[in-house]
Amino acid sequence: MDVAWSAFRVAIAQFAPKLGDVSANLSRHLEYVNEAKQVNAQVLVFPELGLTGYQTQDLTLEVARHVSHPDIQRLIQASQELDVIFSFVEEADDCRFFVTAAYASGGRLVHRHRKLYLPTYGMFDERRYFAPGDRIRTFSAQGGQAGVLICEDAWHLSSPYLLAVQGASIIYVPASSPWRNTMAASDFGSHAFWRQLLQVYAQLCGCFFVFANRVGYEDGVHFYGGSGVMGPDGEWVAEGPASESALVVADLDFRMVRRARYTTPLLRDERVRLVLAEMQEAVRRRSTDEAGD
Amino acid sequence: MRPEIEAKLALNPSLVTSVLTGFLRDEVTKVGFQKAVFGLSGGIDSALTAFLAAEALGRDRVHAVLMPYRTSHPKSLEDALKVVEALGIPHTIIDITAPVDAYFEQVDRVLGYEANALRRGNRMARERMVTLYDLSAAMNALVLGTSNKTELLLGYGTQFGDMASALNPIGDLYKCQVRQLAAHLGVPSSILEKAPSADLWADQTDEKELGFSYDEADEILYQWVDLRMSPDEIVSRGYPERLVRAIVERVRHNQYKRRMPIIAKLSGRTIGLDFRYLRDWGT
Repeated sequence: MDVAWSAFRVAIAQFAPKLGDVSANLSRHLEYVNEAKQVNAQVLVFPELGLTGYQTQDLTLEVARHVSHPDIQRLIQASQELDVIFSFVEEADDCRFFVTAAYASGGRLVHRHRKLYLPTYGMFDERRYFAPGDRIRTFSAQGGQAGVLICEDAWHLSSPYLLAVQGASIIYVPASSPWRNTMAASDFGSHAFWRQLLQVYAQLCGCFFVFANRVGYEDGVHFYGGSGVMGPDGEWVAEGPASESALVVADLDFRMVRRARYTTPLLRDERVRLVLAEMQEAVRRRSTDEAGD
Repeated sequence: MRPEIEAKLALNPSLVTSVLTGFLRDEVTKVGFQKAVFGLSGGIDSALTAFLAAEALGRDRVHAVLMPYRTSHPKSLEDALKVVEALGIPHTIIDITAPVDAYFEQVDRVLGYEANALRRGNRMARERMVTLYDLSAAMNALVLGTSNKTELLLGYGTQFGDMASALNPIGDLYKCQVRQLAAHLGVPSSILEKAPSADLWADQTDEKELGFSYDEADEILYQWVDLRMSPDEIVSRGYPERLVRAIVERVRHNQYKRRMPIIAKLSGRTIGLDFRYLRDWGT
């Protein structure tokens, strides 16, 4: 494979979208595009549902946008000078609604990822409003092959695995992760979970993770931010503040991927055919007692 | 309290403070207000709320309202004034004796018998909330709630009285956590140390009235509500069966107090059922 071991600067817009106000949020996105250009970023990443706010509930119908909608096209156009990853409620041709993250580059829509896992447990109710995506693919982008996982997608082991075996060297994770179970002094709840998860994934997959989490409150639910870039060695390349808006900037040196994969060649040794055969068997056994995806 | 439960209920006070002060700042300002108003009783819950609000919004954007009744313990007002002094925040004293007495004078006459302590206490709690909501309009300030998670779960409060508010920063903290956070933020020691009381009649204490201690309640509630253990499982861990059942039954019985009024469904989209928007819609 022809890989240029490049370096580039990524910026993460950690901010608080206004719930249900797409035009206000679009303006914020465009402001951040300008700000990111000023710091010479080549990629700018926004949090999950940055254009709409997280708990859209019955606003879903009003805030949904087809990719051809002028609001979406405007953001795609804003990617002339730097790549932009943004997230919105996508309305498909058949009027299904998805939580989507789009990767735009050079004024074109390069890749679309529809959230695969829509949580319905605890405080979450996403599957009530949204349809789940059904594919997970890498695409060619800055730094080589890239992948996108939206929040809960990344809490499923198979997601980074599937991207890694397709050759991803960078995985973008737009998120709207609320702080919960954080009362106890010994337990930082979801924040600790994310930190551990990204560290382990980055080391196992030998790739960069760009975590873009929002801040602000929606009906008392607190989104904690803590965006950053995790390197393939399991160390933060850059880490944003908790709870406040920020443009987090990091320089990614893709030679780190090369070194990590040489030093700990887990991906090289990965036995995808064995995994495939065993998965087929596991699915066969599972489907004898229960239906499931 | 068993050490392992106590450890689980131990707060990270600076983290919790930053989340709660952020909550107050964000939720007050995004609905177009700059100020908050709240009742300050001399107890630990409202004292903690005062400390959080003053830190979140600044001293000049919070207003404490002290609302004694003629039978209130003088120490309550004294302790409330200590909070006002410690924080240097503006305050108003509104004596609720006259309106409450005027009400019962009339109603006792009409009904032909004297109201019991519960009715009188509920009326006082609602009189205070009516006063706060009036001052909210007068001062263009949002009303902060001061009920903690233990009280809310047990239903140990008056619906549309002390349970009412526009925003409640401490409603997800158990009583033992309120104590920890209050100590961390410097709530005066005379407030930290005294027995919790709604101060609705002489010598009232919450724990005497409830029949169990807040620590016992917190310990059982945490295992049932947060850890999702069944009452049977909690009993099998060595807690008194009567106590566990009494607490669980209290929580169930008072569920109605914690919900908005329910609406008879007629249409396809009914408020509260299938007309769903966050309160923070568009803010």
